[in-house]
This record gives sequence, structure tokens and C-alpha cells, in this order.
Amino acid sequence: MAKLDFDLPKLGPNLEIPVLQPDAMLGDGPFVAKPDHQDKLGFPGELVDDWQQVAIDKMGELLGKYRSFKVYLDSCVKCGACTDKCHYFLGTGDPKNMPVARQDLLRSVYRRYFTFAGKHFPKLVGARDLTEDVLDEWYNYFHQCSQCRRCSVFCPYGIDTAEISMAARDIMDAVGKGQKYCNEIIGKVHKIGNNLGLPEPALIDTLEGLEEDIKDDTGIDVKLPVDVQGAEVMLVTPSADFFAEPHIDGLIGYAKVFHQAGISWTISSYASEAANFGMFIGNYENMRKVSQRIRTAALELGVKRIVFGECGHAWRVAYSFLNTLAGPFDFLDNRYPVPQHICELTNDLIGRGALNLDPSANDDKVVTFHDSCNVARASRMGDLPGGQFEIPRAVIRASVNRFVDMADETIRDRTFCCGGGGGLLTDDLLELRAKGAMPRVQALQQVVDDHGVTHMAAICAICKSQFSKVLPMYGLPMDMIVSVHQLVGDAIQLGTKD
Amino acid sequence: MSIEVNGKSIETDEEGYILNLSDWDEDIANELAKEEGIDMSENHWEVVNFLREYYDEYQIAPAVRVLTKAIGKKLGAEKGNSKYLYELFPYGPAKQACKIAGLPKPTGCI
Repeated sequence: MAKLDFDLPKLGPNLEIPVLQPDAMLGDGPFVAKPDHQDKLGFPGELVDDWQQVAIDKMGELLGKYRSFKVYLDSCVKCGACTDKCHYFLGTGDPKNMPVARQDLLRSVYRRYFTFAGKHFPKLVGARDLTEDVLDEWYNYFHQCSQCRRCSVFCPYGIDTAEISMAARDIMDAVGKGQKYCNEIIGKVHKIGNNLGLPEPALIDTLEGLEEDIKDDTGIDVKLPVDVQGAEVMLVTPSADFFAEPHIDGLIGYAKVFHQAGISWTISSYASEAANFGMFIGNYENMRKVSQRIRTAALELGVKRIVFGECGHAWRVAYSFLNTLAGPFDFLDNRYPVPQHICELTNDLIGRGALNLDPSANDDKVVTFHDSCNVARASRMGDLPGGQFEIPRAVIRASVNRFVDMADETIRDRTFCCGGGGGLLTDDLLELRAKGAMPRVQALQQVVDDHGVTHMAAICAICKSQFSKVLPMYGLPMDMIVSVHQLVGDAIQLGTKD
Repeated sequence: MSIEVNGKSIETDEEGYILNLSDWDEDIANELAKEEGIDMSENHWEVVNFLREYYDEYQIAPAVRVLTKAIGKKLGAEKGNSKYLYELFPYGPAKQACKIAGLPKPTGCI
């Protein structure tokens, strides 16, 4: 592993509230989008001349559109419940990474331009002018929020810092100061259909290679079909599943599930991405445009069901917003959830005895599960409350014999972010990512020590990539992080039912 | 930003990926590798050359699995895994090897 040029927080037996380190994470923020990246998304290429007025107008527009945004800005009583709940605060000690302080970066400007007291007596109410320094501060600290919403679970008013950080990013894009990582990626989705910029021939070549691998491993012809007209299911999965490790083993797992259950399915080369970074930048138009690809592909292929692969924020967009962004989906088979999560599909098949799983195939592992934030706190699965927690665990338990949960206060709706969510999974934020992973890694290390846990499963492409990168920094093996459907794929006994 | 190679200035992005793919040659690769702290061996070149061939055909870097398989076929099965690739390119084969091969940085949730 390459040498780090920063100090990692120490993992203790308990998660300690750090000593405050003001300005520890002061900086210029991640790389700024180039004019070319901005242009493709409909944003100005660089900071516009009258940026201050544009920003205030944009804030006014968002306040008018989103009642929640205004309520969040008005209702904080500074109780402090959120202060020690953010993984970036816990990992960096920078007080501006306390959720309330992050909100106040924007709230202070809101007060100055949109409240009576702030307009006339700014000093009395902590209102401040929107200066270039303030804009720079926004850029830096609103790119230190992974929009994981853990703080909102503890806020007595339910203030959602994620929504404030999304609004801040939308305002910054409107004035021409976007983030390179997110905006370059969204441009690729608009042009090619996925975050990687993976064109159709490369997608097909990759999937054919995987079919060969499965055949070599199992002797069975398992297909990974692309653009099959009239297939029952269209699988929409993060493009990282086609490209990265350990994601690709999850993709192989989905294929084996479809194969054994005898469900005809296809991937679309047009909608070859589940992720929707339009949400990370808080921009409705881009989020909608990305979502529309899924609708178009489903109609063109004539499928009956849409199933989402393992991708955290994609599932939030799919579960919570897809119907309004790209619906109505009255052309799909409404006997199934629209859309359906791959874990729901697999769990349902397990319940009906349609899969033959031998958990002893995973006896070399003791597995724990990392709840991904957008699945845990912004969506649901199945028919029962808490299904988003129980269904993935049920799938894992059916596939492995030894499963252990991490500490209660770090799982389910109180799960800690991996440290790379919300559009921060970029090398220019590596220090933040490494430090922000500390609370999760602390809980993981505890079950490694106490229960001999060897693997952590997840259902989010970002979580998987982030952990592959940061676990080795904390002395844990890179390949400790696995896809839930890798476990399924290894347990499934092909050739016994088909 | 730019790097100097053989008296010529080669434009790069903020992270040191060269901007014009056609600028690339072996001297530039050696210079990029040096900045990454990598001493290019024959095995490094096998990876870099494969990446460039694949990119020529598909306009994208290969998936890690495609790369490991190809390297396994060329250099022997014991080298066809990502552990071996990480030994060659400690920052990660996808990003670091692409940089040296003069290809754009792969983007996404990777």
C-alpha cells in the first residue's frame, strides 16, 4: 500500500468524541469542475460575474420549491444532539463537521437575505453576507458531507443536513462552481449511459468474459444478457459491478440467481447505470434526466419488471423518487414491487424454495453486514417496516453459517457511513474518506477481535470501493469487503434445480 | 499542469493524467511511473501495453477482471489476480496503471 501523507485517527476500544481541532479540514475542497463538465449538465462553465445575486435567487427558488428546506433552516434550536453523530466530525475533530455547524454555513446566509431579523440586525442573529470567502467555505465543507443522514436520526426536529448540503451544491452549480468528480460522471451518463463511460462493445466483451469464467468454475452456462427484447426483468445495476472488485462477484451472484430461478432477464446498454449522481448535487433536472434513461430502456425492451442491483443511493432514488421522476410505470407487472431490489428478489426466491443454497460453501468466512446509509435511512424493502435491514441479513444468513452483527449503535438506522458516499469517492478527498471511515472501522475491528469476523458484506458500490481503499490503511485486508450476492453466488448449487 | 520529458512539455490534469492521449510514448510512461514511485519492469510493461491495446479497441480501460485474466494468460496463472497487480501498482491497478499508460482516469463508484 502506498504511504499516507496524513495521520489516521487511532482505533480505540470505544468510539471517543474527539478533542476539537478547529480548521483541521480547512482547504480548497475537491477539484472544481471544468467548463466542459459544467456545460454538459446545463451549468455555467465558471463563476459568473453576478454570482452573488444568482446564488441568492437560486436559494430563493429552492426555498419556494422545497418546504422541507425552509423548515430545516428555520427550526434548529441548537440543542447539540447532532454534534457527535457525524463520522467526519468523529474522524477529523473539525467543529465545522458537526452537522449543526455545517447547516449554519448556509443558515447564516439564509438569515441575512430571507429573514426580517437578519436583514435588519444581522449581527444579532448570526446572519452574514454571502462573500467569496463564504462561497469557498461552502465549497469545502459541503463536500465534507456524504449526505448519509445519520445526524437527522438524532435531531429532535428531524433536520436533514443531507438536504441542506444538496441545496448548497445546487446553488454552487448554478453560479458555476461545481465539483469535478460528480459533474464529469453525470456528463458521461448523459452521453454514454453509465458512470464509467463504458460503451456497449466493452460492456458486452466484459460480460462474455464473465460467462466464460462462470463456465470454467461451475461447468454451467450462466448467461449475462444485454439488450434482450421481451425479457421478464431488466436489471439496473451500478456500472462498478461491471468493472471493479469485489463488485463483479456480486454481479455473478445476481446472474446465478436469475439462472437457477429460471427468470429471463437482461441488462440494458442504454440504461447501464443504477447510480444517479444527480441526487448528490441536489439537481432535480439532472436527476430526472438520468432516471428517464431507465424508463426509456424498459419501454424499448418491453420488460415486465425492473430490478435494481446493489447500489445504495440508487435504491433511494428508485424506491423514493423513481415514480415521480420517470413514472408512471403502469406498463410493468404490478404484482411485483416497482421497482424491486435484488435482495428482495433473492429473498423471495429463497422463501419459495426456488434456490438451492449451501451455506457451508462459505464456511471459510465469518460475516458481518454494513448497512449502507441511503438504503438504511432513506428507503425500505419488502412489506414490513425495517425490511431494508432484515431482508439483506436474511439473504446473508441463508448463504453463510456464521453471521455476526456489529454494535447496535452502528447498524440499521444508526449505521455509520463508509466515508465515501454522497459524491466524495474521489482521490482528491482521500484524507477525508480515510478519517471518516474510522467509526465504521472501529465497530468492524471490534467484531473482528471478539468474534473472528473475516468478511463484511455490503449492498452499495460506493461502500465496496471505499472499503477496498481504506480498510488496508487500518491494517485490515482489502478483500474483506464483499458483495452480498457474492455470498449468494458462492452458496448457490448450480445444476441442482435447472 | 504539465510534466517535462525530453525537453518537451506534456499537459496533464490536476492528478497527473496526460490530457492528450497521442502525446504518450515510453519515455513519458517512465517519467509518469517515476512520479508514482514505480520502477518499470517487464511485467509492468505487460500491463501497460495490454491497457493501451484494450483502450484502442474499446475506448475505455478494461475491467479489473478482464485485466487479471489477460495477465494470467500472458504471465502465468499465479499472476492472474488482483493481488499481483497491486504488487506492481500499489495505488491500484485501474487508476495507477492507467495513468502510466497515458489513459484517462476511470471514473465512477470505483
